[in-house]
Amino acid sequence: MRLKSLVLGVAATAIAVTGTLVTAHAEELYVPSLSYRTGPFAGGGIPFANGFADYLNMLNERDGGIGGVKIKVEECETGYNAQKGVECYEATKGKGALVYNPLSTGITLQLIPKAPVDQIPVLSMGYGLSAAGVGKSFPYTFTYPTGYWSQMSSILKYIDANGGLKGKKIGFIYLDAGYGREPIPLLDKLAPKLGFEWVGFPVAGKDMQNQGSQWLNVRKERPDWMIMWGWGAMNATAVKEAAKIRFPLDRFIGNWWAGAHADLDPVGAAGKGYLAANFSGVGADYPALQDVKKLVVDAGKSQTAPDKVGDVLYNRGLFNAVIVAEAIKAAQEKTGKKMITGADMRDGLELFDLSEVRLKELGLGGFTGPVKGSCADHEGGGSVFIQQWDGSDWKRTTDLIAPMTDVVRPLLEEAAAKYTSDKPGWKGQECG
Amino acid sequence: MELLHEIFVAPFILIGELPDLFVQTIWEGFVAGILYALIALGFVLIFKASGVFNFAQGIMVVFAALTLVGLHSLGIPAWIALFMTIGVMALLAIGIERVVLRPLVGQHDAILLMATIGLTLFLKGAGEFVFGGEPKPMITTELGLPTGVTDLEMFGGLVSLQHLDIAAVVIATIMVAALAIFFSKTRIGRALRAVADDHQAALSVGISLNQIWAIVWFAAGVVALVTGIMWGARSDVSFALEIIALKALAVLILGGFTSIPGAIVGGLIIGIGEKVFEVYWGGLFGGGVEAWFAYMLALIFLLFRPQGLFGEKIIERV
Repeated sequence: MRLKSLVLGVAATAIAVTGTLVTAHAEELYVPSLSYRTGPFAGGGIPFANGFADYLNMLNERDGGIGGVKIKVEECETGYNAQKGVECYEATKGKGALVYNPLSTGITLQLIPKAPVDQIPVLSMGYGLSAAGVGKSFPYTFTYPTGYWSQMSSILKYIDANGGLKGKKIGFIYLDAGYGREPIPLLDKLAPKLGFEWVGFPVAGKDMQNQGSQWLNVRKERPDWMIMWGWGAMNATAVKEAAKIRFPLDRFIGNWWAGAHADLDPVGAAGKGYLAANFSGVGADYPALQDVKKLVVDAGKSQTAPDKVGDVLYNRGLFNAVIVAEAIKAAQEKTGKKMITGADMRDGLELFDLSEVRLKELGLGGFTGPVKGSCADHEGGGSVFIQQWDGSDWKRTTDLIAPMTDVVRPLLEEAAAKYTSDKPGWKGQECG
Repeated sequence: MELLHEIFVAPFILIGELPDLFVQTIWEGFVAGILYALIALGFVLIFKASGVFNFAQGIMVVFAALTLVGLHSLGIPAWIALFMTIGVMALLAIGIERVVLRPLVGQHDAILLMATIGLTLFLKGAGEFVFGGEPKPMITTELGLPTGVTDLEMFGGLVSLQHLDIAAVVIATIMVAALAIFFSKTRIGRALRAVADDHQAALSVGISLNQIWAIVWFAAGVVALVTGIMWGARSDVSFALEIIALKALAVLILGGFTSIPGAIVGGLIIGIGEKVFEVYWGGLFGGGVEAWFAYMLALIFLLFRPQGLFGEKIIERV
């Protein structure tokens, strides 16, 4: 009898505890973070994941979450592997996931067709499929604040403003993967239009730290400028190799994933002069970042070392979290509900409007340029600035450079139409 | 016709036009080849002693380099950190022999291979747990490695020799020579060769298999440390270095799994071959041929000379 009572008691307690947990789960805004803290690309994945989690945790600490509901950030390790990324997606989507931020073009490409089916949006912030910026064709995918093609056009504008583009030879060194190959169609289209020639130097994933051949080819081809679409260990190696063949580093521009502290710290003074595009502020001199430092990092609720707050990729991850938080807020305001669904979140992302005034309210004045989305525009029209490595730190050297929207937008729409043309069941949306 | 021109004429015109680039390509290939040979050497040592293809050699390179950099970051002077790292690799070798190999004596080679895969996962996890996943700069100058460059004016152009690359060649050569002498002239070396020839016969004349394995794994650990320092100095110390070790597979197929000279010659053929092929014929394939050139060459060798250039021909009598 006593045993029976004990068993019943334990069972009742278990049910009560489970019930409490379920209730707690239901009262949280669940944001999965497909991160990578291990593997060859961990150097970029770690600071990004830290910035992302720390900002949302700061909102929990400072504001009690968003609209009075706490945010639960749950990481799932992908190792920058598309298959593992999909496994993470499948394992977390049933927990009430509001949005996916894969930090991998390979994973993004896998999730794009799943997003409308499961009604959970994908926010590939400044990566992924460039054509996904066309909201009419991709209702559930967003590339705020801007996409790869727009970024490439901004970099080309920078080159044009610094000696002209016409008649020049542009070298393009890229990670030979979906991510690195993404801007190639744009280069093919823009080269004859803008009067430059381009030559590609692919770097295989397993040769990221073994680029001797590529840079011998650079020496052979003698390009006027080099542009890099690199990630992880590829970046530091490329800058070292460029310095080795004495390629002028102030004519070598990395994209926004090839211009972090993690990339240039190992290079140090040898990388002085190297340029990179960026769209998120550098440093911790922003009120929002000070709140993160005080309430999360210094309070021991973060995996970040205090001196890493403000690093390029930390701030990038934080900016990703800002977009997520603003979209949640917009969705709550639109629906009048505190607890929102993935479909509501999608609507919130379309209402995303990060004006200069709003940036100041958030304690991020001057952190980035204004970004505004819409039903048709899932890219946001964001601009980039160019930063330069001074041997020990990044220094911003230009104002914001807007993309060549007039040239890029029709090409994006063409690419979006091509993507959906061979997918009979694909559902777009009408935008007024 | 144009294709034939691109294959048989254009590359040689380019060599004639830019002979300095050709010399530079050969030098870069030579340095890469020596470094490939160094990685392959780690595999050969263990394969000779135990017939095991050590899948963990790549991660041992990362683990050794991370230990060195990690110890130095604690404020330990570079040279003391270097000797401490050698000590860690010795402890690792003893640990592997005791925990992994000894219980598996007499098991099928495939089981030992699986054990080294398990070891890879363990070292990867342990490395990431202790040192974190971020890339770290190699302590090149602290170790006294040169970082300058010497320019040679040649054929109306410049050939740049990085001092670090020269140091890599010198250190790797000394290392290979020392290992060759150690394994051919010393008592332990002779014992190793006896173990390699026949485990049972070696045991019957009183050679300690356990001791030999620990020594060989330690030697492979030291080779991994030197490899890690050299590759790390060329880029940085990150877990991506592990992947470079895959190139050693092709080197081993070319040179033979049991031959130290084979590892060196195989490394040089692949190092120089892939650089020359990439620069002069890579354009025909849209670039990026370096990613597959070594494996294609290995495949050709497997078809026509499966034992490699210096490997022993396998004759199984039934």
